[in-house]
Amino acid sequence: MNKLPLTLKNVTYHSGGKQLLKCNATISEGLNTVILGPNGAGKSIFLRVCHGLLKPTEGQVEWTGEEQDANNPNQAMVFEKPIMLQRTAEANLAYGLKLRGAKRHVIKQRVLQMLRRVGLTEAAKQLATSLSAGEQQRLALARAWVLEPDVLFLDEPTANLDPGSTAEVEVIIQEIRKSGTKIVMTTHDLGQAKRLGGDIIFLYGGILKEHSPAEKFFDSPKTIEARAFLNGEILWGQY
Amino acid sequence: MAGTEDTANNFLDALLLALDLITELNAGLIEIVSLSLSVSLSAVLIAASIGLPLGAALTVYNFRGRQISIVLLNALMGLPPVFIGLTVYLLLSRSGPLGALELLFTPTAMIIAQAILITPIVAALSRQTCQALYEIYEEQLRSLGATPLNIMLTILWDARISLVTAIMAGFGRAIAEVGAVFIVGGNIEHFTRVMTTTIALETSKGNLALAMALGIILVLLSIVVNGVASVTADSVSRSRANR
Repeated sequence: MNKLPLTLKNVTYHSGGKQLLKCNATISEGLNTVILGPNGAGKSIFLRVCHGLLKPTEGQVEWTGEEQDANNPNQAMVFEKPIMLQRTAEANLAYGLKLRGAKRHVIKQRVLQMLRRVGLTEAAKQLATSLSAGEQQRLALARAWVLEPDVLFLDEPTANLDPGSTAEVEVIIQEIRKSGTKIVMTTHDLGQAKRLGGDIIFLYGGILKEHSPAEKFFDSPKTIEARAFLNGEILWGQY
Repeated sequence: MAGTEDTANNFLDALLLALDLITELNAGLIEIVSLSLSVSLSAVLIAASIGLPLGAALTVYNFRGRQISIVLLNALMGLPPVFIGLTVYLLLSRSGPLGALELLFTPTAMIIAQAILITPIVAALSRQTCQALYEIYEEQLRSLGATPLNIMLTILWDARISLVTAIMAGFGRAIAEVGAVFIVGGNIEHFTRVMTTTIALETSKGNLALAMALGIILVLLSIVVNGVASVTADSVSRSRANR
């Protein structure tokens, strides 16, 4: 069943009397959607609102016209700092499947398969919290991927990683996309946005400034803010 | 001067007596030690089965009056044992609402009083432990599709090692408590006499060495139980990390 496109209709999000997000957006099937913008631009809030972790103050988040369910089983998210359950790597992978009531032998088989896919077979019995940062991020990706989501939200998936681990994670992201999952991710790494991005959503001060195909965005950005951001000028969030 | 010498002698006598009582496996001692242990461990079992879920529920569920409940729970940690003893006494006495059960001056009454005493302690300390883990886990678990009940169970399971501390705090309070068990148990020889009530009795009779010897044994007992708990928790954390 296809849930996309995901539509944000006149969505705003306020916290502490401040408007942190205000946008209309449509995220469609296909290549990876990358959210760009300086710190404090509202990238993480945008993802959380899409995923249903935050309720918009105004407006609607809709999947093919239907009201979004917070526990929609067809989406998953990986957070900037991977949150590991204090269990083994394989128990972390099994957790979401158990919640969905999968059969024991199915869980076992899919967990093994997934550990192999992200290169963590050796670490299966290790406590997840004792893995390295790169391994934890790969495990977090696997824990989301094993649910075979229609959409996967990634919040700065490589922010805390060295170049080697970053490359590994990017390979996994592309494999997840090839397996039929739509990727929506934030990054502040322009190189990564060029490598992975199909279309770019540029946020500035909580406002969606631009949404265009990656090539077009990098060649000829429409807004002053986007041009400044791409030229490496210092942009301040919303101060 | 003489007083100081007496005290020193009393301590020495007490130590020797404690050693004697333990090495000869004194029948009277074994009786009151096993009653102390069975009463307090039963109370801990009850307190844990109520306090752990309560602590976790107060963490996960957001309802009207939650904050007040937490303040109240923390305040209940300081309930004076004699007050609880008196309340349970009134409830269980012949003319009381539960008088028909004929529980007053039985070990069961002592278990009830101690359970009431330590359930708030176990619950409040569990809540603190669960809260710390909840703040880390919440978004991730919701993202994976967990319901509040799922989250509650996950947190209780993943925090189990730290929760042993909450349970042991409850046990420590129960085994050391004298006021409540005295009032509802009555310190009846061979029936409701436990370590603490015996110590109080022997002190009042002037058998200071015997009272002190029992005190030393009580402390040792507490150390042994805590040791067993921490070793168990440790081995559990190693063997079951993968469940």
